[in-house]
Amino acid sequence: MIYLEARNVIKQYAGHRALNDVSIKVPQGKIYGLLGPNGAGKTTLIRIINRITAPDSGEVFLNGRPSSQSDIYNIGYLPEERGLYKKMKVKEHALFLAELKGLKKKEANRRIDEWFEKFDITSWKDKKIEELSKGMQQKIQFITTVIHDPELLILDEPFSGFDPVNAELLKKEILELKEKGKTIILSTHNMESVEELCDEITLINKSQVVLQGNVKEIRNKYKKHVFTVIVNGNGFDFSSALFSLESKESNIETTKVKIKKLGDSSNSQILREITDRYEVLSFEEELPSMNEIFIQTVTNL
Amino acid sequence: MNALNLIIKREYLSRIKKRSFVVLTLLMPVLMVAIIAVPLLLSDIQDSGIKRISVIDNTGKYASHLKSSEHYAFEIAGKEQNNHLKSEVGKDIFGILQITGDLAENPTAATFVSEKQIPLDLQGYINNTLSEVIKSDKINLLAQEANIDTKIIVDIRQVIETSGNIKVTTKRWSDDGSEKETSSSIAAGVGGIFTFIMYMFILMYGTMVMQGVVEEKSNRIVEVMISSVKPFDLMMGKIIGIGLTGITQLCIWFGILAIILGAKSTLFAEADMGGLSSQLAGIEMLFSINWAEIIISFLLLFIGGYLIYASLFAMFGAAVDNAQDTQQFVMPVTLIFIFSFYVGIYSLQNPDGPLAFWCSMIPLTSPIVMMVRIPFEIPLWEKILSIVILYTSVFFTVKFAAKIYRVGILMYGKKPSIKELIKWFSYK
Repeated sequence: MIYLEARNVIKQYAGHRALNDVSIKVPQGKIYGLLGPNGAGKTTLIRIINRITAPDSGEVFLNGRPSSQSDIYNIGYLPEERGLYKKMKVKEHALFLAELKGLKKKEANRRIDEWFEKFDITSWKDKKIEELSKGMQQKIQFITTVIHDPELLILDEPFSGFDPVNAELLKKEILELKEKGKTIILSTHNMESVEELCDEITLINKSQVVLQGNVKEIRNKYKKHVFTVIVNGNGFDFSSALFSLESKESNIETTKVKIKKLGDSSNSQILREITDRYEVLSFEEELPSMNEIFIQTVTNL
Repeated sequence: MNALNLIIKREYLSRIKKRSFVVLTLLMPVLMVAIIAVPLLLSDIQDSGIKRISVIDNTGKYASHLKSSEHYAFEIAGKEQNNHLKSEVGKDIFGILQITGDLAENPTAATFVSEKQIPLDLQGYINNTLSEVIKSDKINLLAQEANIDTKIIVDIRQVIETSGNIKVTTKRWSDDGSEKETSSSIAAGVGGIFTFIMYMFILMYGTMVMQGVVEEKSNRIVEVMISSVKPFDLMMGKIIGIGLTGITQLCIWFGILAIILGAKSTLFAEADMGGLSSQLAGIEMLFSINWAEIIISFLLLFIGGYLIYASLFAMFGAAVDNAQDTQQFVMPVTLIFIFSFYVGIYSLQNPDGPLAFWCSMIPLTSPIVMMVRIPFEIPLWEKILSIVILYTSVFFTVKFAAKIYRVGILMYGKKPSIKELIKWFSYK
């Protein structure tokens, strides 16, 4: 089921078109990557989904209906550039943002306590925001993004400013939210986390969609049919009609080679041919990383 | 609670709770009093000692007319003491008044020698006394020459003395035809004070709105806020919240003033009754002013004026990335505002003139200029028209500013030109 759909969105600013006929379909309960180089138009698209700006043409649908102003209570948005009121106290601030999202004071208080407990920050609640480190502020930001239990989460570079331990904690939270059936849009330049978290992606470049689809399918589509094979012994010396040898690297007792498949032969045919001569320790197809795909797609255009 | 209320509450509470607000609110009246009282006290200290002045009168006609007061002691000295006295000037005696000849014939024959500059009141006293002596001498001389009855001379003296005491009572016809005693100076004073308060508050709190917007923008709080509230609510919440802070401060100051006045009047009642009766006329005049009307007009004009200027300032704050860049936009607006303040001062002297009239109708100047004119009891239709024009323009200014604000708060980088700002207006 599609939770969010943007149809043929066009946004024109003086002198440049930020979005040119962009359409995306975000399925419910999935993590959807929104990728693209700086200035590609991601933030504009996110702002349109959030109803911060309106598109010049095109429409946004949420849960099958055209989105309306009341939908903002159902969206949690963590912007890339984010700040808090420095002079406010932590809990006071969280309460303020929660109430702005339509929560009643009592309910908001209860949930804040719960989340503070979970993130182990209860002891900060009477500190002023300006006393906190950047990473601590990021935690508060994340809590206030999810405090009203929104169906759709839009996270723009959520990991920036987190140390590895807290980044892992955040990743866990995101996956947990996905388990609960929340739909998550993740906009990031960190391609590793895309591979790890995202089910589907859209790559926007120069205001247009240049790549869209399931992450696994995309990686498969971009694969170059290169395999890494490690065999026992100190040699790998034969030619085959099924593959060509790309590189060879001999270690003390093993040899690591890269081979490229030729023609339509299946993987098991190749493997059989090799096992006939050598003892195979590992046989692995090299999938392109999202990083490579990103660079290739963006620079080829 | 809806978003606008929440934002107003936050803006208001965060400012009221600031230590600087409390300190400023309580310190300001003290400072004001100090500004008025310290010079008075200082001049009192200076005058505390009695200044001795030696008078060397060669003619012997004038010295006896100079009477010693609590600040000055006049001592008649002989001509032969001149050299000795000169060495004493600046030590035991303050100065020497030398009268070398008949002043009626030679008006420049009197000289005052001192080390320090002679105080104005002393100089005035000596001049007046000597003039009076010469005046009466001349009259006596004329009377003798023409052989006039001394009784007539006494009458003439009386005429001369009383002629300076005429005071015109100012009255105005009110609408029902009855006459009412008014006082231009009290109206001017009341108008002036309220106008000054208006000027100060609109500028102070308008600028505060701008700083707030710039701060929110540069801290990137807007990005977070804007996903939960409409930009209009964010802007109006700030404007209203800060406006309420201003009104709170005003109320506290008026409260303090009322307490001080109350305390003072009870003190007066115990103190000299003679001084009170002369002040009574002035106090009566104060009561003749329609306070309810003035305060209601003040509030209406203040709120309208504040809303216009604050929304303009919010718009400018949203258009730029940092406080320095606001100058270019703020300058023209501030100039208009200062201009209206000067028109206001000018209008104190001529509250019904064409400049005063037109500037009390034009929305950017009307809050200030109209406030000056209100205590002068101008026609009702002028007040109503001014308020209607003001609030109509408030409506359009806020609308316009909100549109620019909405685009501006999310724009970073290059400082926009006025032309670009206007282009933003058409963004969806």
